[in-house]
Amino acid sequence: MSRQSRIADTLTRAFSPQHLEVEDDSARHAGHAGAGAGGETHFNVRMAAASFEGMSRVARQRAVNEALAAEFAGGLHALSLTLRAPSELAAAAAAAPA
Amino acid sequence: MSQDLVAERITKDITENPVMLYMKGTAMFPQCGFSARVVQILSHMNVPFKTANVLEDMELREGVKRFSNWPTVPQLYVKGEFVGGCDIITEMYQTGELATLFSENGITHSVAA
Repeated sequence: MSRQSRIADTLTRAFSPQHLEVEDDSARHAGHAGAGAGGETHFNVRMAAASFEGMSRVARQRAVNEALAAEFAGGLHALSLTLRAPSELAAAAAAAPA
Repeated sequence: MSQDLVAERITKDITENPVMLYMKGTAMFPQCGFSARVVQILSHMNVPFKTANVLEDMELREGVKRFSNWPTVPQLYVKGEFVGGCDIITEMYQTGELATLFSENGITHSVAA
């Protein structure tokens, strides 16, 4: 199974997200330190989950990093996280022009 | 250096420097896009900050991850408190929370354009 699939599976099980995107961004970092030859080192995750309600940014990222600790230990090098509570998505949608 | 000594060094860094950035490379020559972005934000805000290059010191690199309970670099500390990595600093900059944080801590910075 690819790391991308494993990350998606792990996060789905841990957070039951309303919204989840896992994007492999490794190609953009190819050649620099930490980018392995096989790729799958840099990912972008955008996720909305009810459990983030009332949690600080640091606490949200820590929760995700802890869920993915095995991936960090196994060569995941960089994880860019955009983490939202459902109420923040609603607020953003309301603020966006129609 | 033992783990204790690394933790001691970090405690000293973040106590003595109101804005302390652990990064890859230097402010002049960042060696990672995420570190570069945080340097760019702090420089743009005219915030005085000190950096430590984790690429020059493997024990510091692992030590700061352990110290902060945070698996990646860059890491920003303000007045001894861990604020976050690149994603969080970028978001806080965009929302104006970073400027508020600096104001609340008496750290000089330029007013948002």
